[in-house]
Amino acid sequence: MGVEGIGASVVRKEDRRFITGRGRYVDDIKVLGMTYAHFIRSPHAHAKVVSIDATAAKAMPGVVDVLTGQQLVDDKIGNLICGWSVSSKDGTPMKMGAWPAMAPDTVRFVGQAVAVVIAETKNLAKDAAEAVVVTYAELPAVPDIKAAIAAGAAQLHPEAPGNVVYDWAIGDEAATKDAFAKAANVVSLELLNNRLVPNAMEPRAALAEYNDAEEHFTLHTTSQNPHVARLVLSAFYNVAQEHKLRVIAPDVGGGFGSKIFIYPEEMVALWAAKKTRRPVKWASDRTEAFLTDAHGRDHLSHAEMAFDKDNRILGLRVKTHANFGAYMSLFSSSVPTYLYATLLSGQYNIPAIYAEVMGVYTNTTPVDAYRGAGRPEASYLLERLMETAARQLKVDPAELRRTNFITQFPHQTPVIMAYDIGDFGASLDKALAAIDYSGFPARKAKAKSAGKLRGIGFSCYIEACGIAPSKAVGSLGAGVGLWESAEVRVNPVGTIEVLTGSHSHGQGHETTFAQLVAGRLGISIDQVQIVHGDTDKVQFGMGTYGSRSAAVGMSAIFKAMEKVEAKAKKIAAHLLEASDGDIVIENGEFKVTGTDKSIALPMVALAAYTAHNLPDGMEPGLKEGAFYDPTNFTFPSGTYICEVEIDPGTGKTEIIDFVATDDFGRLINPMIVEGQVHGGLAQGIGQALLEGAYYDENGQLITASFMDYAMPRADDLPSFKLSHTTTLCPGNPLGVKGCGEAGAIGSSPAVINAITDAIGHNRIEMPATPGRVWTAMQMQQAAE
Amino acid sequence: MYETIYHRPTSLADAAALFAKAGDATYLAGGHTLIPVMKQRLAAPSDVIDLGRIKDLIGIEVTGDALIIKAATTYYDITQSAEAKRAIPAIVHLTTVLGDPAVRYRGTIGGSLANNDPAADYPAAVLALDATITTNTREIKAADFFQGLMSTALQPGEIITAVSFPIPAKAAYSKMRHPASRFALTAVFVAKTKSGEVRVAATGASSSGVMRVPAIEQALTANWSASALDGITVSSDGLMEDIHGSAAYRANLIKVMAQRAVADAG
Amino acid sequence: MSTIKMTVNGKSVSAEVEDRTLLVNLLRDTLNLTGTHVGCDTSQCGACIVHIDGKAVKSCTVLVGQANGANITTIEGIARGDELHPMQAAFRDNHGLQCGYCTPGMIMSAIDIVNRHHGDLDEQTVRHELEGNICRCTGYHNIVKSVLDAAGRMKVAQAAE
Repeated sequence: MGVEGIGASVVRKEDRRFITGRGRYVDDIKVLGMTYAHFIRSPHAHAKVVSIDATAAKAMPGVVDVLTGQQLVDDKIGNLICGWSVSSKDGTPMKMGAWPAMAPDTVRFVGQAVAVVIAETKNLAKDAAEAVVVTYAELPAVPDIKAAIAAGAAQLHPEAPGNVVYDWAIGDEAATKDAFAKAANVVSLELLNNRLVPNAMEPRAALAEYNDAEEHFTLHTTSQNPHVARLVLSAFYNVAQEHKLRVIAPDVGGGFGSKIFIYPEEMVALWAAKKTRRPVKWASDRTEAFLTDAHGRDHLSHAEMAFDKDNRILGLRVKTHANFGAYMSLFSSSVPTYLYATLLSGQYNIPAIYAEVMGVYTNTTPVDAYRGAGRPEASYLLERLMETAARQLKVDPAELRRTNFITQFPHQTPVIMAYDIGDFGASLDKALAAIDYSGFPARKAKAKSAGKLRGIGFSCYIEACGIAPSKAVGSLGAGVGLWESAEVRVNPVGTIEVLTGSHSHGQGHETTFAQLVAGRLGISIDQVQIVHGDTDKVQFGMGTYGSRSAAVGMSAIFKAMEKVEAKAKKIAAHLLEASDGDIVIENGEFKVTGTDKSIALPMVALAAYTAHNLPDGMEPGLKEGAFYDPTNFTFPSGTYICEVEIDPGTGKTEIIDFVATDDFGRLINPMIVEGQVHGGLAQGIGQALLEGAYYDENGQLITASFMDYAMPRADDLPSFKLSHTTTLCPGNPLGVKGCGEAGAIGSSPAVINAITDAIGHNRIEMPATPGRVWTAMQMQQAAE
Repeated sequence: MYETIYHRPTSLADAAALFAKAGDATYLAGGHTLIPVMKQRLAAPSDVIDLGRIKDLIGIEVTGDALIIKAATTYYDITQSAEAKRAIPAIVHLTTVLGDPAVRYRGTIGGSLANNDPAADYPAAVLALDATITTNTREIKAADFFQGLMSTALQPGEIITAVSFPIPAKAAYSKMRHPASRFALTAVFVAKTKSGEVRVAATGASSSGVMRVPAIEQALTANWSASALDGITVSSDGLMEDIHGSAAYRANLIKVMAQRAVADAG
Repeated sequence: MSTIKMTVNGKSVSAEVEDRTLLVNLLRDTLNLTGTHVGCDTSQCGACIVHIDGKAVKSCTVLVGQANGANITTIEGIARGDELHPMQAAFRDNHGLQCGYCTPGMIMSAIDIVNRHHGDLDEQTVRHELEGNICRCTGYHNIVKSVLDAAGRMKVAQAAE
């Protein structure tokens, strides 16, 4: 494949612009006549909007207009949608309340917009916003799951009685009941999966332009999936027609799921640009980001696992409550169901599983997919349960897992997923060696003599990514197909552009995708340009989330490349007077095998475009497209082991060692893969030790800035010890599995298991802050 | 941020005159508390008077028994001061665990004290060392200066010019950082004066700001050692309680941080 | 409104702006130097770090008046023509960035760290010194590696000069 092909850790092509300050993010873009939007947001978690008086604000200098939710209704702008329909056990479809982009009558979370000021500068917009008088009549608020399902709780939406969106289940209830009836041991656990704020470092932003002569809109936006944004904005929100709307997601500063969704601000910016006939820019500040970016996680679960006398798992029973916040965000419904409960078999042979999930509304920011989306919640639940079981059954936690590993593939779990391949024992062995497991007791003793509590914790995760086979997700209620598209354009001089529906917001596609193409042709990656993120340039594509860009996006490029190469070989064969079956591609040349005859790629490309001498009947040009729809999810898996020391005086946990052994199938660029794992680990460790979004009893977000929400910093984290095992994914032509989310999925249970090992009991929740760990240690002492 | 008028006087007298003339002025030192507050529109001063270029307000000197740090001296300059390190190394240590490097280039000791955040670091040193705060009009003893949450004895227009720390026999600062803000979740400054008096001040623990801890002072007066505190209990009455720590946890931290500080002080 | 004069990346600039203008806004909005980013409202994330008179400072927490007359260096001003600053090169070579948003602030902060420590750095010191810069992508692993690598390169470069 050459030094820049698949498997090479080449430095990233995109880096030069980022390290020299020449990146181009949405808020960096200025256009002539640009105005600035500032949203007026509800200070209440639940209230009626009684009146909005913008008279004074409209008269202020520099104010272009003040627009309200009622005007959106009057202009027949659509409500926000949820794109995945999930039905309750009883067959009824999920019960959704309407979510208008700006609330005309009722606000249901702090930060929900009721009006927007459009002004000549950002400061003038903010000045004017203070002159808009909004009168609210407060209503009682439900700030969390328990409050939402309590008898007599305030109701958010008349469509959803009891604040219940759905009461869903998966698996075989009767078989699971039988499994528990014959169990020798049952292990149970209550778990809270803490609410997180994604906090991509670039806050969301949108710049909307309207050309009234052309009736055409252009939207620059911070999106992971610009085509989906265009589709939703046109087909459902009615702000523009699809062929009259260009959506551009330029450099995007991190997404982690939060930039999948099409938010009210983007809708309003487009609508306002047409209403005011001025370009409208909105750029979120961090406080707005805390209040309005879709949050992640927020589950309350009860889990029980049944074991036979040989410590083999007989069954798993789970009841989860998932907090959706005040409205159903774009893919929210699928997260605690098809992306969560379908992974509850983990790496284990579990004959019977039954999981119930109740999704509820609360007066909080909407919750949707955040790095891992459902799978971190599943692995946290399972791996906490396995560690608890090992201690209760008095067996080694690594060996309990090994006893129950799935070893035959393909493997059909009781919860939809069919694992194609894996070698869980190999990852476990490699991780055990990396952490020097046998040396742990000595390290623990040494720590004790220094007054520290040392603990070790495991996590053997599996996840489903490469999202996803369209037919399968369609049958489960998805409103879209989850294939990907690619077009490979060989230019007349032999340079290449690849247009991909995937979107890079940090993943390094400009490099890895170029490596695939360059490797196949034996050319330099500098000859290959990856084009993405612009609906006017790139054919319809589905975007980047769910660790899908290698498995699905690159597979589409692979298919398009096969077509390009086939045609190029025909041209080369024609020019070299050989059979196209005898043409091989090496070092940028088309060679007749077994001879010294060859022709360079640029000459083939030129021939394709001059069309002076092509095989009979062949169309000119050298450009092919492909759509790739995966046949299955891919199943990355691995073992993470965390070793901690706790300072008993302060309760502070220090991660001494963190080992991550992953099986991602084939690695395209190991350097980039490891970078993805590092970032995922930081987010999972952040969830375990630092991060948590909290609301007070009135629904006010207490953690609405970096002063209160603890983001992981450099000195909170160790350097990580990474290694890999490899089983090639049989489901896609590259054998790749996806690496973007694994770190976030596998790491948090390993950290908490290490802490519970250190403190000697299980009564600790995430985030295990020093205060909580110290308090947990006092409980233990009181019990002794 | 609301529009404001920025001034950069070069003398104390000019600064005070500008303040007197303005409608609703505020002084700006490093700005790392004031500017974020102004950005969030929680403060709307008509005029901002920058004290950062007044030469009389910058510098560190040791005279006789005191370390004198002028008010607009930045944290960074304090961390680099050989005199300060010789006189009271605990002050320099405190400064190195305050904020982050970029903040330390801008933040000033006077600004921190005038703001009196209940989780700020310097108030603990000032109170434990019984420092004297000099302003353009008078001298204020530490015990009189701090008057509860974000509140001080400073009168409108009054400018802190210097802080004079008596050089102690022993002193140390031990801090448990707030995981998000990096202010003090709870931190303790312990000092033993040259005459043998023990003074202990805790910050970050009480919502009314920096406080002395008599139980610990008594125990350390009897026996200046970390183990002298093993048996004592710090009351959690009146201590802060939030998502980052209960009152009982903060009470524990006062004791643990005090023990560590005593151990560091030697 | 005030007239602000300063040197930015070696060039004298002058601008008439409101007194409430922050240095970062002057750089981004008036001077079109958009490499300096804003990632928070509370002076914590460090995406806005530039050098004022050689010191790494959060430009979101500096009024333009405070920087009047100063010498400012931004991420756009550290390479010598096509030749990257050693810190920039180290970030690229060690995959010290992903989305690139925190990167300019990280690099400006990291240069200052190496300067202050005269290149003598270890992992723990780098992690502590990066306290004022938040990255959400990299888990800091490769940023720390980059800074340590650059410290060596900058030492060599200084020795050569």
